[in-house]
Amino acid sequence: MSIRDAALSARAVTDAILAGLGKAERGVVVDSPPGAGKSTLVVAAAASLAERGERVMVVGQTNDQVDDLIDRMAAEHGVLRIGRLSAQDYVPAPRIARHPNVTARTAIADLVDHPLVIATAAKWATLGEAGLRWPWAIVDEAYQMRSDALLRIARLFDKALFVGDPGQLDPFSTVATERWLGLNWDPMSSAVAVLLTNNPGIPVHTLPVSWRLPATAAPVVSAAFYPFSGFTAATERGDRAMKWNTHPFGMTSFDLALQTAADSGWALYELPHRHTLRTDADAVDACAELAARVLLRGAVAVSEQGTHDVTADRIAIGVAHRDQAAAVRRALAARAAAYPVLSGPGRDVTSVVADTANRLQGREFDLLIMLHPLSGRRDATAFHLEAGRLCVLASRHRHACVVVARAGIPELLDAHPSAEPVHLGVPVKFPDGWEAHQSFMAHLTRFRVTASA
Amino acid sequence: MTALTALARAAAASAGRARPVKTVRHVHLSGRPLVLVAAQLAGEACAPLAVLAGDDREKPDLLVAYEPRDRTQRFAFAAELAAVVLPYLDGYADDAADPETEPYPDAPQILVPNLPSVSFLRLLGRSTRFRQAEGEYAVPAAVPLLGRWLTYYAERAEVTPSALLVPLTTALADHWATGQSAVEDANLAALLGWIDPPGGMTGPAAARAAEDPVRCPPAGPVTDPTFDNEVLAPILQAMREATLAGDSARLSRARAALDHALRSQLEPTWALMWRAVDLLRALPAAAHVEQRWRADRSSFTNQVGWIRAGGAPQARRDSAVAAARRLARLEREQQRLAVERAYDDPLVMAEYRMTGEAFAGEVTEAEPGRLDTESGKRPVLRPRITVATADEVLFTPGAVLRSPARPAQQATVVDTGLPDAAMFPASTVFPASPRPGDPRTLVTLELKGGMGRSLTPAPGSVPAVGEHVTYTSLRDEFQAAAKFPDIQDTPWTHGGPPPEYVPDDEDAREQWQ
Repeated sequence: MSIRDAALSARAVTDAILAGLGKAERGVVVDSPPGAGKSTLVVAAAASLAERGERVMVVGQTNDQVDDLIDRMAAEHGVLRIGRLSAQDYVPAPRIARHPNVTARTAIADLVDHPLVIATAAKWATLGEAGLRWPWAIVDEAYQMRSDALLRIARLFDKALFVGDPGQLDPFSTVATERWLGLNWDPMSSAVAVLLTNNPGIPVHTLPVSWRLPATAAPVVSAAFYPFSGFTAATERGDRAMKWNTHPFGMTSFDLALQTAADSGWALYELPHRHTLRTDADAVDACAELAARVLLRGAVAVSEQGTHDVTADRIAIGVAHRDQAAAVRRALAARAAAYPVLSGPGRDVTSVVADTANRLQGREFDLLIMLHPLSGRRDATAFHLEAGRLCVLASRHRHACVVVARAGIPELLDAHPSAEPVHLGVPVKFPDGWEAHQSFMAHLTRFRVTASA
Repeated sequence: MTALTALARAAAASAGRARPVKTVRHVHLSGRPLVLVAAQLAGEACAPLAVLAGDDREKPDLLVAYEPRDRTQRFAFAAELAAVVLPYLDGYADDAADPETEPYPDAPQILVPNLPSVSFLRLLGRSTRFRQAEGEYAVPAAVPLLGRWLTYYAERAEVTPSALLVPLTTALADHWATGQSAVEDANLAALLGWIDPPGGMTGPAAARAAEDPVRCPPAGPVTDPTFDNEVLAPILQAMREATLAGDSARLSRARAALDHALRSQLEPTWALMWRAVDLLRALPAAAHVEQRWRADRSSFTNQVGWIRAGGAPQARRDSAVAAARRLARLEREQQRLAVERAYDDPLVMAEYRMTGEAFAGEVTEAEPGRLDTESGKRPVLRPRITVATADEVLFTPGAVLRSPARPAQQATVVDTGLPDAAMFPASTVFPASPRPGDPRTLVTLELKGGMGRSLTPAPGSVPAVGEHVTYTSLRDEFQAAAKFPDIQDTPWTHGGPPPEYVPDDEDAREQWQ
């Protein structure tokens, strides 16, 4: 598909959704695969409803997500007055403060006359004033939202548009939640799951193309994580490329992995098999070294949007656990000390984003380096097998994804078929994490680079 | 499993004996707990077979359902159990106190061997709380009352800080790390074998010996299959034949045989339970245990009030609003418990030190009288201290920390610089590994609050040079209770308001299954 065709097909779906809003009785759900223009849709829907004179409340999940949305809305619709409802200790981010049409307040009374009010779900839930009601709500990242959060804000709106990515991580809790399994209003289910169970008539749309994922990644991610809805890349293979400013001295396995990733969109940097602690020092070092190497050699990303240097903030290292993220950050700091050239704007290796899958949700980078959740493990628990975790890590990149892992993951998967109990009344989750991992690994082994000893 | 627990487990495996992983006891233990060991009939969902219960370790009561497949006898059994449990509970509902203002001075604590026993009590409560004492299928009035209490206790067990119903394997495994897997730790006999092996034995040997069901019958509620086939089945068969033949002498012989057989199955666990209680009691209680027990006492006091006022049985399922409320409460309590445990116990805090959420070290400099004259109109007391620590410090300037020793005091990180570049020889390869006890980082903290009102700090309120201190970002922040809609305002997204519960005859007709 050419970019033009992709744009047309995406436009047709978006137009149908916006037209459908007028006829919706209760609400509309839009499933959006990674990078399929979810934010674009939210911005367009908010503007379209506001133009019709409806007051709209927009619900985000985190302050960062809310600020990103406001930034886009304010930039694209300069005439629209946008209210940012926030907690007491919120300091408007620079990207918000620069828009004259955005007002940030902590009390809703100061914002009721704004056609568009945006806040996090947690902030909306604190509103105690009676009689507050909006004809329309737009709930962003609705699959990340727990249904109990929706319960707390549902009295505020008549109709709602729910937008989210069904392949991402499910909401979680630190306490045991079995007692609610199978209930139509399980507070641990996502807001969309509960909404659709209780209101089966609500229409569900799916956005068809991914603008973020390159042609090398979309089919893999689609087959592994969206086997039923599916999606395609908006770009073709020739539209994207990653090039280097320098040639390496010789060809270390790091260079080989990066070259493989630049050529094919994927690389598996494989360390020798070993059972390790979560913060596997070798794997963590490999992640940091790969990121440092990209900056040292100077990478250039070519895409339909133009050509730019791959700066440190365009590289991410994704992990499963917080202590791994901390270990990677320390390793990056060590690289900064070891390579004095890695400083200055764009080349500061400590600006590489190292975080967990949960924190990387909704973000986009040129290159993602993934510490595989199953690397070095003796067992495959439900946490490490979760399809959403792998999906988030495998779908953040515009150009390439390098996976760092210990050898032996296929064997580990074979030894640990998923054995989660099946509960009455709980829809079976597809794709199941074990299957998604197998499918993903099967693809990845074609791009294996063995770490040099 | 954290790296520290993994280390303790490895150490336990190599030493052949469990390692303590807590310095204090984080669970309340009653002076007079009700210990309860249950057995159920294999193959049936929650068919109670026998219970050994009591608050006197020398004289447990043995209750037996002689024909556990007979529904009528199940209710008779429930009535017998009620006759043991309810008077025990009532003993704590002290009428002298005024429950409106002050909770009862103590609350009844039930101890069971393991988590499946908690589920057993929950199911027993579920099977009995909706029964009615009048009308069709009437049962003794104590049965639905027992059901409400068992349900209350089972629900309270979901609240992590609560100690009203404690599975002892969970409590023991929380305080000791063994060299076996978590699944094996769920076996009371094997776990105790690691923690306190009988004379001359190693932990692994004692745990292996505990696997022999003849020596150590399972702690219930599931029984040993060989016992089921070879002992229980023939006795039940003999009892049925005697009943059919109307042979009362033979029936009473069979009943005596069943009593004996079940006592032999349950008594070893009974002894182990009290040994576990002794082991836990030997640990000093953590500082916050008393406060958490107070919450349990209030909860019990409210429940007594509810039941005495003739309150309805707990609903079969949580409504949307009730479920969300309960989840919010459970999460809040869990979070508070984590903070309290870390503040009470340096070994728990060590886990946070390893993940960079805390650090400990020695005060090397202190300016207790430092006044901040620049920020506001009037000078304010803002002492500064510098702490040298060998821990990895991941905090950045501006982070607000607290110390378990002075929880009312805020400490803001001012600087986390390395002590001196000269400390590292030029040839140091980064990251330089500090030698144990080598202070690597100097953290400067500015203190606020908890020092009295004057411009000179109260004695002891500012850490002195040489004092060993711990600072952590972990703190129990006050959170306003989450707002939820009323049940009758359940929104359309969650299916609208649920129908109101009205007790009816269907409740009595419901099968016990």
